[in-house]
Amino acid sequence: MNASKTDTRLGLAITLAVAAFLIGPVVLSVLAGLTKNYFVGLSSGLTLRWIEQVWSLYADTIWRSFAVALLTLAICTVVGVPAAWVLTLYRGRLARALEELLTLPVAVPGLASALALIVSWGTVRGLRGSIWFIVIGHVLFTLPFMVRAARASMHGADLATLDEAAATLGASRTQRFLQIVVPNAASGIVTGALTVLTLSIGEFNLTWLLHTPLTTTLTVGLADSYASMRLEIASAYTLVFLLMLVPLLVGLQWLAARGDRPSRIAPTRTSSP
Amino acid sequence: MARRGWIWFAVPAATLFLAFWLLPMAGLALIGAEIKDGQSAYLTVLTRPQYWISLFNTVALSLAATLATLLLALPVGRFLAWHRDFPGRRLLMSLLMFPLAFPGVVVGFLIILLAGRQGVIGNITSWLTGDRMVFAYGMGGLFLGYLYFSLPRCIGVLAAAAEQIDASLLEAARTLGASPWRRFVDIELPALTPALIGAGAMSFATSMGAFGTAFTLATQIDVLPITIYNEFTNYANIPVAAALSIVLGLATWAVLYVAHSLAGARLGAAG
Repeated sequence: MNASKTDTRLGLAITLAVAAFLIGPVVLSVLAGLTKNYFVGLSSGLTLRWIEQVWSLYADTIWRSFAVALLTLAICTVVGVPAAWVLTLYRGRLARALEELLTLPVAVPGLASALALIVSWGTVRGLRGSIWFIVIGHVLFTLPFMVRAARASMHGADLATLDEAAATLGASRTQRFLQIVVPNAASGIVTGALTVLTLSIGEFNLTWLLHTPLTTTLTVGLADSYASMRLEIASAYTLVFLLMLVPLLVGLQWLAARGDRPSRIAPTRTSSP
Repeated sequence: MARRGWIWFAVPAATLFLAFWLLPMAGLALIGAEIKDGQSAYLTVLTRPQYWISLFNTVALSLAATLATLLLALPVGRFLAWHRDFPGRRLLMSLLMFPLAFPGVVVGFLIILLAGRQGVIGNITSWLTGDRMVFAYGMGGLFLGYLYFSLPRCIGVLAAAAEQIDASLLEAARTLGASPWRRFVDIELPALTPALIGAGAMSFATSMGAFGTAFTLATQIDVLPITIYNEFTNYANIPVAAALSIVLGLATWAVLYVAHSLAGARLGAAG
């Protein structure tokens, strides 16, 4: 193409350096989680002992994170997909405002949203100590991603016309939504669903403030292991977390490559680490 | 039109948002205004130097990390856009995008593996010079962490924007005798400006609110998210924590909003 030789070489060098910076520590972490003694090095031999210990120490956090992620996904789908359809149909000022508002929990630091939730809803009996408190936080944070992904695939097809045609034939609103809108937006909804699961499993800022000792999740457990466990266990736990992410990310990439590209994994605003 | 009836389908989302975010946020803003020790927490926050220092640290660090991220992400994005077909490109892309899904705590841990007490950088420097270089547990580590989670986001945005540049423009400039540098400054940079503003704002905003990374590295680092957390848990000073959260939230949102409209205006002027 247009790029000169020096340009290409410099670009390649920086790209490789950045890739090394991003992936190097991940490789280190994986190795540390599988090495008998990290301070001695790889020569001490490989082992699955640390993974087993992580399982016996933290299995409950992993199951709880799955539960939170699935509940979050269920609510996001039931609430977000209809909202996405409304935002596709209405282009007025009110719809724009609602769309902007829904993305606020992503733009504003999770710490602030979590404090607000605790102050207003923390005293409700039975809620503060249950995983629903965490689910609520996760729904606020992930809903915009579901809405955006679903909307992206509703936008392309001329669904509004199909919908009106079905309406003149006497189909009820719920029928039209479930039989015309949802099937046509399926690829976007699946993309949104994988994004929601990925974000929920990895969410920390809200979760750390919303959790109680009886509702620790994966990322809370990770923070705990970083603070108080030996390096190998912390690494093995991180490895388990990465292994959970991989299928979700591969799925997202596969969907994005499948042509219609409803949305990238990196929407314009993403989670705050 | 038959469309009118659909509005009810947005009610659950709007209700959820209102009940669990907007009203609680308003409540939080009010708590910050409560009078305690003779003045409202907002006034306390605005008049005590310790909070100003914390805010200054957060802004300076986020700004530095954002600039460094853009400087690195720009050549990577360009490289990926100019070379769309080489063996291993998909793998490289996946590797560059993989850290997008990492929470801040994990990023903090990875920085410790890199620059912590038993980190690689420490091993290499102690082997080379005899002195162990350890900088994970302070501002240096935090800077590296912010760089780590900002890079994938910015690379994605900049690569996508660079792909949109009309190659024939660059070709024409070359035949007219423009040097590579001139072509970069006069054609590429203006075309990439909206993406640079957008990516920069996103990186800045995420850095401002990043709690997990700082939390893993050290709870003594004086940045705003940590200050808020300490006020809330260690001192149970809820009004001040509330006021600081509102300040942080407003500042972050404002940066994103300004960048959004700025990038939009630029885009309009270019097209």
